[in-house]
Amino acid sequence: MITLKLEILRRTSPEDTPVWKCYDYQTPDDTANIASALNDLNQTLENPVRWECSCLQKKCGACAMLINQKPRLACDTSLKEFVKAGTVRIEPLRKFPVIADLIVDRTILFENLKTMKLWFAENAKTNGSQTAYEASRCLQCGCCLEICPNFYAGGDFAGMSAMTLTARLLTALPEAQKKEIFKAYQKHIYEGCGKSLACRKICPAGIEIDQLLVNSNAVAVWKRKFRHEK
Amino acid sequence: MQHVIIIGAGLAGLSAAAALAEKNISCALISLQNSERAQSVLAEGGINAALDTMGEQDSVQYHYEDTLKGGVWLADPNAVRNLTGHAPEIVRWLENLGVPFNMTDSDIMLRNFGGQKKKRTAYARSSTGKIIMTALIDQVRKYEASGLVHRYSHHNFIKLLLENQICSGVRIQNLYTGELLDFKGIVLLCSGGMNGIFPGVTTGTTQNSGDVTATVFRQGVALANLEMLQYHPTTIGISGKRCLVTEAARGEGGRLYIMKQNQKCYFMEEKYPELKNLMPRDVVAREMFFVRREFGGEVFLDMTELPELTWQKKLSDLRQEILHYLHLDPKTNPIPVREGIHYFMGGIDTDEFHRTNIKHLYAAGECSCQYHGANRLGGNSMLGALYGGRKAAETIINSADFISEENINYSGEIPPPASPVLIRNISQILVSGLGIVRNQRSLQTALENLHSLSEQKDYTFYEKNRLLLAEAMLLSALERKESRGAHYREDYPDKNEAFRKTTVSECETESQVRISFRPIPEMRSDT
Repeated sequence: MITLKLEILRRTSPEDTPVWKCYDYQTPDDTANIASALNDLNQTLENPVRWECSCLQKKCGACAMLINQKPRLACDTSLKEFVKAGTVRIEPLRKFPVIADLIVDRTILFENLKTMKLWFAENAKTNGSQTAYEASRCLQCGCCLEICPNFYAGGDFAGMSAMTLTARLLTALPEAQKKEIFKAYQKHIYEGCGKSLACRKICPAGIEIDQLLVNSNAVAVWKRKFRHEK
Repeated sequence: MQHVIIIGAGLAGLSAAAALAEKNISCALISLQNSERAQSVLAEGGINAALDTMGEQDSVQYHYEDTLKGGVWLADPNAVRNLTGHAPEIVRWLENLGVPFNMTDSDIMLRNFGGQKKKRTAYARSSTGKIIMTALIDQVRKYEASGLVHRYSHHNFIKLLLENQICSGVRIQNLYTGELLDFKGIVLLCSGGMNGIFPGVTTGTTQNSGDVTATVFRQGVALANLEMLQYHPTTIGISGKRCLVTEAARGEGGRLYIMKQNQKCYFMEEKYPELKNLMPRDVVAREMFFVRREFGGEVFLDMTELPELTWQKKLSDLRQEILHYLHLDPKTNPIPVREGIHYFMGGIDTDEFHRTNIKHLYAAGECSCQYHGANRLGGNSMLGALYGGRKAAETIINSADFISEENINYSGEIPPPASPVLIRNISQILVSGLGIVRNQRSLQTALENLHSLSEQKDYTFYEKNRLLLAEAMLLSALERKESRGAHYREDYPDKNEAFRKTTVSECETESQVRISFRPIPEMRSDT
């Protein structure tokens, strides 16, 4: 049996003053995680906690939030971790505008991808590239942006969630797009990244961000070919 | 302003949006969350196409035959002909969008999948859905930037707008601001399967609540083959849901066994020496149910003899997932697996052009009943969603019947969501009646329980919709007095040609469910 206090930072609207609320929670499920706890808790609340979720198996990135101050996916955070302390603090990500309770508006993340024009303008085969595969796994959850000392919403630096998508494109970028994408990469990724690599550790998908970054810098900034893939 | 309103931004919705944009037709792409959160990202094993890159003399004809046979002759042969015929072109299109499929030395590699004698499933390790979605989202972003695709993420479908039984648009709500909008135009539903009717016991997402299907049903949209629920043979229980263990595990050599008198009994290999562990999913799931009932204990999936290279190049994600959730290494330990609800072959009744019974309303992807008959083959779901979305777009373009489009702010009350308690109660009743093995008694009891639940109080709009959809599911299963594909009746264990028909559910006067059967279309010579 897991017994915990869930402390949740709640507000009903963006304008509302946030308030910490504490809920006693108990479950016989040893494998329970923050997501299942929120679902259970909501069955008992008159005003359910608003949060976003979808897959419940760390494949969609919907449920990113701050858990004891660390950006994590609720479905990937086991309650067992907090049993000893007896309490866990849950609050919305801080770098995005809060909508209500644990919901934040991550629109800026997707707008940045549009600003950088991240798409193939014409047919492009990646030929089973391992780099393209690894980069395609990015969940666009925003955890790497939250932990990053350099990212802020509205700034030029688009963060590693934009770098991953660029890394996929760079494996097969058509000649006609090179100038524009390289320039966008330089401005929105390379110049903003302070190489703290906090993102590497926090990424819930375990993407090898450092490796992708090194490769992408080489291609887009240093104009070198990718290293020979293993 | 948009010509077409698409509800749902998973594979089917994105495919339709891209197909419309290629023809310079704009759309509103409406979804609860961004495409990255769609259920399509969970698809693992691959996508079928008779590319014949493995030297096995595969052909579109074989793909067509396997799909019809896998669906036990309940699918529309004309639709399946088109689906399988366009499959190679769709996979090549994906390749050109930069999807990093696993490759042979020179071309796309294909793997074995259930119900198919040839290697026909293109894949990207065991995260094919996610990898395809990334490429397709990038592609649609291009059209967003050029003003052809207008995204409305974090918007909820409230209901269809109908005028004299013709669809004139949708009412939606912005979940961040609460604002209500009436969008006028042609509507294409790509809202996914009905997982939320069975919360916690499917492999799907929480977003696919089933509310869209339930609501449009009550509004007069016909549904079909609701009794056809696919139980995937290999799932594991994790907190809050069933987690899929991809069919690729068996495609790459994984074996199912159960302990019988202290010996491993490879029951699928003994009973089905040709396709063995790769029989269609309905057969494998049913056999697992029977051997468990006979011998007790769990069924295990044994992948311990898979070569190291297979783990590295083909199933690396699957291994990580099993390690994470079961704390077992499938390289060295067989893992216990059970059947779990995975896919809805039934749904919104559509013809081969993806038209519904309501003018100006179309449906594609898992929310629609098309292509898969009584049982879907692994690898055909992403194909059905991608092709279906594109086909629906093509039909809309060809209809040249665009209606006036405008967006209007709506001010009024909207009904509250269904209560979680009622949702659970309905689900429990349905699960008791619609298991892998069904009979008249259990279905009748479930129906009676549902009726007494319905009479307990005056329910809200969404609650009534769910109750009606649940009733239609149970009645469909009761009326089909035969066993076919995913629908197995102990009291009618054989297939009956008289039931080689589509089960059609209609909701009359918003409160009465009527079930009828419609013959399967004949194969035309022109397709």
